[in-house]
Amino acid sequence: MPRIKRTQRIYDWFERRLQLEGPIKDAALHPVPRETASWWYVFGSGAFTLFLFQVVTGILLAILYVPSAGEAWNSLNMLNHQIPLGWYIRALHGWGSNFMVAIVFIHMTQVFLFGAYKYPRELTWIFGVFLLIATLGMAFTGQVLRFDQDAYWGLGIGISMVSRVPLIGGGLVHLLLGGPIMAGATMARFFDLHVFVIPGLLFGFAGLHIWMVLKLGINEWPMPGRIVRRSTYVEEYNRLAHEDGIAFIPGAFWKDLAFSAAMVAAVALCAWLFGPSGPGGPPDPAIIQTNPKPDFPFLWIFSILAYLPPALETPVILVAPVLAILGLLAVPLVAGEGEKSWRRRPVAVLAVAFIAVGWGEFTQLGTTTPWSPHMDAWSSDPIPVRYLRTATPLVREGANVFQEKQCRNCHAIGGLGGQRGPALDDVATRMTRDQLRFKVVTGGGNMPAFGKNLSAPEIQALVAFLSTLHPANERPAYTPSRPYLTNSPPQAPHPSGSGNSF
Amino acid sequence: MTENDPSQPQTSAIPTPGLSAPAVGAQDPRLVSRRWLFFQAALAINALVGVGLAIPVIRYLLAPWRKDSSYKSWVSLGRIEAFPTGETRLAVFKNPFTRPMDGITDNVACYVRHVASDQFQVFAVNCAHLGCPVRWFPQSQLFMCPCHGGVYYADGSRASGPPERGLFTYDWKIVSGELQIFAGQTPTLSNSAKLVNISIGEGESPCRG
Ligand code: HEC
Repeated sequence: MPRIKRTQRIYDWFERRLQLEGPIKDAALHPVPRETASWWYVFGSGAFTLFLFQVVTGILLAILYVPSAGEAWNSLNMLNHQIPLGWYIRALHGWGSNFMVAIVFIHMTQVFLFGAYKYPRELTWIFGVFLLIATLGMAFTGQVLRFDQDAYWGLGIGISMVSRVPLIGGGLVHLLLGGPIMAGATMARFFDLHVFVIPGLLFGFAGLHIWMVLKLGINEWPMPGRIVRRSTYVEEYNRLAHEDGIAFIPGAFWKDLAFSAAMVAAVALCAWLFGPSGPGGPPDPAIIQTNPKPDFPFLWIFSILAYLPPALETPVILVAPVLAILGLLAVPLVAGEGEKSWRRRPVAVLAVAFIAVGWGEFTQLGTTTPWSPHMDAWSSDPIPVRYLRTATPLVREGANVFQEKQCRNCHAIGGLGGQRGPALDDVATRMTRDQLRFKVVTGGGNMPAFGKNLSAPEIQALVAFLSTLHPANERPAYTPSRPYLTNSPPQAPHPSGSGNSF
Repeated sequence: MTENDPSQPQTSAIPTPGLSAPAVGAQDPRLVSRRWLFFQAALAINALVGVGLAIPVIRYLLAPWRKDSSYKSWVSLGRIEAFPTGETRLAVFKNPFTRPMDGITDNVACYVRHVASDQFQVFAVNCAHLGCPVRWFPQSQLFMCPCHGGVYYADGSRASGPPERGLFTYDWKIVSGELQIFAGQTPTLSNSAKLVNISIGEGESPCRG
């Protein structure tokens, strides 16, 4: 048919000049071991799909987003509220980012557990580590571009960490900020990083990463007892790929395609259901009524920083990331040979489990931040009525002092209030009046000393209130020797005396 | 590959220069050395141009890396009557170092504590732990940080939590009835805290950026 002939001629015209058919056929049809056509092997291509998705949605956002400290917040609100479906494009980009970070970590875990970093794929893993760092860099710089209060103070946390570098810390902060404060120049450089520098690196690293996957072949399914040796591996792999292999397309690739489509669909659905995140309050440094928190990829760091003792803070902030990255880079160099199967690598499995549990726990803590005072608890969380039903005027005054002096910001009562310090619902069962007074006056162990800020009557009232905080059927703590000191007859407090009734 | 494709008989007919050139060169040592000489000379010229251009580029990139003092100057917080004796008030000023695209981000907040008639303390709002804005509670006379629970007393000294020192302070002076502070950059451990301050662990020392 002439029609087909003409199409063929046009094709030939281009192929004559481009000469792409050979390499593409090579890549598409190269044989891979049969069992690599597995759903476990789809995460790498999934991550790359999401990266491309982010590039596209990012370009769409940049049509209207204004990368300027003075305008960014307004332009985000305009996208959310004035541009038809602007909110949806923002949501796609935000959820695409969440998914990409998650998939990159899942891919890395899978590759680690399947021993895919071993000879001859060491460099593939190393570029993968660079890709991980670049992905997290995108997540962080992206959070800054969502230029609201969280972004502003989140970056503040970042520069506070950088400022701890000895000697050059101050200069590095200036470089990051592009000046002395977080302002116009800062925004411009984070836009530069997020849109040009890091995506460029990602394209470069991802290109090399995928090139090596094509050249070295997809990691075969790890079999317990099939040991990797430098001298024999390539030959063994080629035998697997050629004698029991299938063509990469369509044999293995259809699963990648299906997974990518499913993931983009999931992103689209999440974006539709949950919408974009933020922007929160305007990035006005004069508004200090704010409760900054980083996005989920960094929550665990935020949590760890709450628990480090002051003396360890700087060393951990500066040394731990370096060690972690070096450790990841060293994995294939240290364990380049040997057993691939997770069934024979208990240490690897335990390490993954340990990191996953730790990560999950710290992230969960980061969402609840039990270490932060609840800034409004003192004025918004009431003392449960049942605690005051039988209260004397002095005890009532004590309850007042307790609220008024912001004790509630750190101490919960009746399940409401901060969790910085212990809940005080039954504090009287474990502390005597003297101990209560001492604790309030001198503080200690992350409790501020209130001695200077409370008058003697206030302290007396407060202690009177605190010592009623015990269950009705449980007697409060008391000092057996105290009555003798004050020369009055010994009298153990009766359980039903002043206690509140739960 | 494409040779096997009958529809494209000529595909590999054009020799690719990249493949044939080294073969010719290898046969002629004289030519090779001359070509290599030119090649190396061209490389050297490129390196020279590169280095020449790198100097201004690097200087451009490093421009923000300046002495702290070059960013700072005296800023007025207004009449001292605005700060009642014995109280701590939030004050807002425009950062003395600004750029046209700063928008609202060149606002800076600080706490002014009027200790006695001509005695002031001016604190940065930034927590000494990781820079989050601390909040002042006049009832309990405490600054509390929302991020990791750092707490400071009214004089700025550390009360509890992860900070390793007290609040950062600004140098201040009174000029014809106005309170002025020496400000201009976000205080961090590297610019506002000399190591001495960290070891003392109290907020009393003024920041001498
Ligand atoms: C900044 C947060 C914070 C504030 C504000 C605070 N506390 Fe505490 N409090 C703590 C912490 C943290 C502890 C635990 C101290 C320890 O580990 O010894 C604690 C411990 C206590 C204890 C001992 C509880 C026990 O079971 O060991 C009492 C009693 C107490 N606080 C009372 C008060 C009162 C009364 C006030 C208000 C005047 C107050 N706290 C304000 C943080 C706070």
